[in-house]
Amino acid sequence: MIGFYTVLLFILTGAFLVSFTVALSRFLAPTKDYPEKHIPYECGELPQGEAWIQFNNRFYIVALIFLIFDVEVIFMYPWAVVFNDMGLLAFIEMFIFIFILLVGLAYVWVKGDLDWIKPKPRLEHLAKAKGE
Amino acid sequence: MEPLFQFFNNLFPFISDWPEWLAHTVVGVVTVLLLFGFVALFALFAIWLERKISAHMQDRLGPMEVGGWHGWAQPIADAIKLLVKEDIIPAMADRTLFKLAPVIVFTAALAGFAVLPWSQDFIPADLNVGLLYILSVSSFAVIGLLMGGWASNNKWSLYGAMRAASQMISYEIPVALALLAVIMNAGTMSMRHLVIAQSGNILDWNVFNFFPLTAVAFFIYFVASLAEVNRTPFDLPEGESELVGGFHTEYSSMRFAFFFLGEYANMYIVSAIATTVFLGGWLAPFEALNFIPGPIWFVGKAMTLVFIQMWLRWTLPRLRVDQLMYTCWKVLTPFSFAIILLIGLWKVL
Repeated sequence: MIGFYTVLLFILTGAFLVSFTVALSRFLAPTKDYPEKHIPYECGELPQGEAWIQFNNRFYIVALIFLIFDVEVIFMYPWAVVFNDMGLLAFIEMFIFIFILLVGLAYVWVKGDLDWIKPKPRLEHLAKAKGE
Repeated sequence: MEPLFQFFNNLFPFISDWPEWLAHTVVGVVTVLLLFGFVALFALFAIWLERKISAHMQDRLGPMEVGGWHGWAQPIADAIKLLVKEDIIPAMADRTLFKLAPVIVFTAALAGFAVLPWSQDFIPADLNVGLLYILSVSSFAVIGLLMGGWASNNKWSLYGAMRAASQMISYEIPVALALLAVIMNAGTMSMRHLVIAQSGNILDWNVFNFFPLTAVAFFIYFVASLAEVNRTPFDLPEGESELVGGFHTEYSSMRFAFFFLGEYANMYIVSAIATTVFLGGWLAPFEALNFIPGPIWFVGKAMTLVFIQMWLRWTLPRLRVDQLMYTCWKVLTPFSFAIILLIGLWKVL
């Protein structure tokens, strides 16, 4: 467990070093403040509106897929460690698990969520129902 | 006993007289400071090297003036300049998140150094989940980048941060799966034991295991790790020519310097992981070369990979965002799954 204590020391000391150096530069650096310095950079123009706007965020589905696959990877790491001892049984079990997830990946792939321009959904039955 | 603690105990025998908690804390903090010094030195060297390599690949000379010999003191001058620059926070920024972002990015990078095995004895923390730990810690950088980009309240920063997030989380999957292929054979996640399992000569290194399956895994890992650290051809989050710097557009002074340091530290970390897992870590390629100490091999191999990263920057053009996603989800991920299944089959049959 002492290893994790070392890791904690790494995180605390690292955070301290950053804060310390930033504070040090506060003391060393000159301050000649005027309001124009605090305008967000927009290629020299005055910024138009805020940056906290809504925009079409492509690939948000990717974040969901990532979540699923990341959890899967967490499951696979312990499996890989004991794989040598478990042999065929472990292999078959993990194969089934991976297969189910790959079906999910294939579904997303075919549905077009991995493309920049998503194919339009085919709604032939809707058009028929409307009598067009 | 931790190998590192023994290492310091041999150097300074008097620490064994101290109470245990004090000795461990002092040794730990000294190690962090040593590694911080290494990160800073490495970043200075790598910045100089990158500028020289870029220059020579484009038939220029690069920095030649500062310090005399081939401008070796240029990065030192740059560092001093950054230290005495005015620290500007945009008026409309979210100040707390803005200040927190570089801390997270750099601390995550430094924490990754905790499990790198420099030699048989010098490994700060030999965790039994070492590889998993380093993957999870390095993914903290995404939070820092997203925080910094969003908090700046600048459109370029926000776009850069969004790109960084979707890119880095996507490429985490191929990275993790490619490393998994090796763990299946080695049966351990401890960075130290992963290297010990490769003892012998160059043909015992994991990259030549199950030839050519792990070699392909190594290739997948290397490509995906380029995307993890936002290097060309995957440098969309900061693409200078289209996003004027991406998520760190609004950062100046030391805060910018720490984003930069964290980025170079991450370049070293991904190369060091590749060295540990695939290229035999601190081991010499042939028995006859065993007289050269382990840390030299380790740093040498990692630096070679860092050089290749810089080389690729001037060889490959930047990808488009959709090509980036295509490469990750439709090429690298299926291939790494295929490799895991093939290695599994190879082992059970």
